[in-house]
Amino acid sequence: MQPFTTLTGIAAALPLPNIDTDKIIPARFLKTIRRTGLGKNLFDTLRYTPEGEERPEFVLNREPWRRAEILIAGPNFGCGSSREHAPWALLDFGIRCVIAPDFADIFFNNCFKNGILPIRLPQEMCDLLAADAAMGANARLTVDLERQVIVRPGGEEISFDVDPFRKHCLLHGLDDIGQTMAHAAAIDAFEARRREALPWL
Amino acid sequence: MAETRPRTLFDKIWDSHVVERLPDGTCLLYIDRHLVHEVTSPQAFEGLRLAGRRVRRPEATFAVADHNVPTSDRSSGIEEPESRIQVETLERNVAEFGVSYFPLTDARQGIVHIVGPEQGISQPGMTIVCGDSHTSTHGALGALAFGIGTSEVEHVLATQTLLQKPAKNMLVRVDGALPFGCTAKDIILAIIGRIGTAGGTGHVIEYAGEAIRALDMAGRMTICNMSIEAGARAGLIAPDATTFAYLKGRPYAPAGEAWERALAWWKTLPSDPGAAYDTTVALDAAAIVPLVTWGTSPEDVVPVTGTVPDPDDEPTAARRAAKRRMLDYMGLTPGQRIEDIAVDVVFIGSCTNGRIEDIRAAAAVAKGRKVAPGVRAMVVPGSGLVRRAAEAEGLDRILIEAGFEWREAGCSMCLGMNPDQLKPGQRCASTSNRNFEGRQGPGGRTHLMSPAMAAAAAVTGRLADVRGLAR
Repeated sequence: MQPFTTLTGIAAALPLPNIDTDKIIPARFLKTIRRTGLGKNLFDTLRYTPEGEERPEFVLNREPWRRAEILIAGPNFGCGSSREHAPWALLDFGIRCVIAPDFADIFFNNCFKNGILPIRLPQEMCDLLAADAAMGANARLTVDLERQVIVRPGGEEISFDVDPFRKHCLLHGLDDIGQTMAHAAAIDAFEARRREALPWL
Repeated sequence: MAETRPRTLFDKIWDSHVVERLPDGTCLLYIDRHLVHEVTSPQAFEGLRLAGRRVRRPEATFAVADHNVPTSDRSSGIEEPESRIQVETLERNVAEFGVSYFPLTDARQGIVHIVGPEQGISQPGMTIVCGDSHTSTHGALGALAFGIGTSEVEHVLATQTLLQKPAKNMLVRVDGALPFGCTAKDIILAIIGRIGTAGGTGHVIEYAGEAIRALDMAGRMTICNMSIEAGARAGLIAPDATTFAYLKGRPYAPAGEAWERALAWWKTLPSDPGAAYDTTVALDAAAIVPLVTWGTSPEDVVPVTGTVPDPDDEPTAARRAAKRRMLDYMGLTPGQRIEDIAVDVVFIGSCTNGRIEDIRAAAAVAKGRKVAPGVRAMVVPGSGLVRRAAEAEGLDRILIEAGFEWREAGCSMCLGMNPDQLKPGQRCASTSNRNFEGRQGPGGRTHLMSPAMAAAAAVTGRLADVRGLAR
């Protein structure tokens, strides 16, 4: 996993509430056995007409937001299915940070496994950042994970919370499985106790 | 280890599965059963292969193909190349890693969340995960069951554990008697309508109260299934005599002396008197009426006797804009009577409502009636065994005579990954769980409801109050 330290980039605002994972990547694009190549179908129905033409009004079809690396989203972003194809599609498009008032739990969790930083901020803060995002390339945002701040174009800083363990993993690009394998003896002991107490499991 | 604080069902299951607690409160949680399907597992198995890892407990891991399998005759395999590759990849992976598998030609094949309980794989007190958000279904048995992403699928395959933080406890009490014509589906739609699609975020919901206790296991599974539509990763119902009677004798359930030991343990699981919940919600079952959804979020519920809401009644500009977008997508106008909405397609099935009890409810309405002209109505059993059971009861003949299609088991039109899809603009009365834009096919319009209500829509050609069709 690519570490996440500091990200400076263009932000795109997509403030609709309840953007579900079917909107992020419709089910018909899940018939892949790979993690890559999903970016072209990110937000497929919002982004393209049924004939496959780009919708010119959609933010990610416009310059400079085609190159957005940060997404300012609406409440309950990522609700719906557990498909990790949603963060894979965001990542494949180039988005490494999503900022929203709140997220659905499974999506939120899946982001961290893929080097994407999801940040919860109050709606008023999201509105400020969405206004910054509307200014385009002249208004890049900086997300500094180590210091837990977002630096607005004018230099003002907004601080955010992140779980210490997840922060550590993101900063160092750590593979969860490798870390858990270090607890193998504890898992063995747990299983042995369980076999004794609840043998049918 | 003595625990004196009164604990909830969730607390008890959680505490008994903590392998290690990290300094920041993250827990290494042991996973008892892992269910696997073809769409969210290929990248996980590939990850194991690349890292030279094995599946830690193949005997606790069960796989089945359900999401993109065709529901027409499958004796000659899967026609659609990408779907075929995914299913073949699953078959290669289960063979290579030694995982139990119910093949497409096996009567036990079906939707993973129907198969788990049906086989007795899902049991009280367990932790159960699957790369699918509707894993919450298994909570109906008193298990902590939740959906995970593919990276976590790989993590569980390799370590039989997950890194998790405990959720908050939410209690949803539904007391009173459910009125005639209403079902478990109406209860859960009423709950989601009340608390909203993010109402359960960060929580595990425990459903309790006399209306929940009165439900059979199928109804309980319908309720827990849609917990995720209220934002909760898991829903739970305390195991009781109904649960034990359901489990007894199922192929993977404990038997003999093990059954007695299991039963004694299961009886200790229900929440202690005085256990604390972070959030409590109470509903009166007697006030529930048959419900349908009108919008593109499962919280957009309305009585079937009601009208399409007016976006101008929403409190904020953002919500007004979102509701207008929904009405535009759904092709509806504010104030329109719900019972005047004509449907093109009826879908009865899914992990929410694809069990034998659901098919019985649909057949009871369809019996002696005909599907309305111009309506395509399909019934997709949740598993091959559900299909067989329905055929043994003659339900297939009732449905076929009424003009329904009688299909093979799978997820089908719930998410349209197989050929069962809506065409743009088509309107569907569906017993599934999500009415998101494009969920059942690009441009498709979904109204969620109970199986009896979907059957009523099929025979009237519009959204209809099933109470008017009762005999």
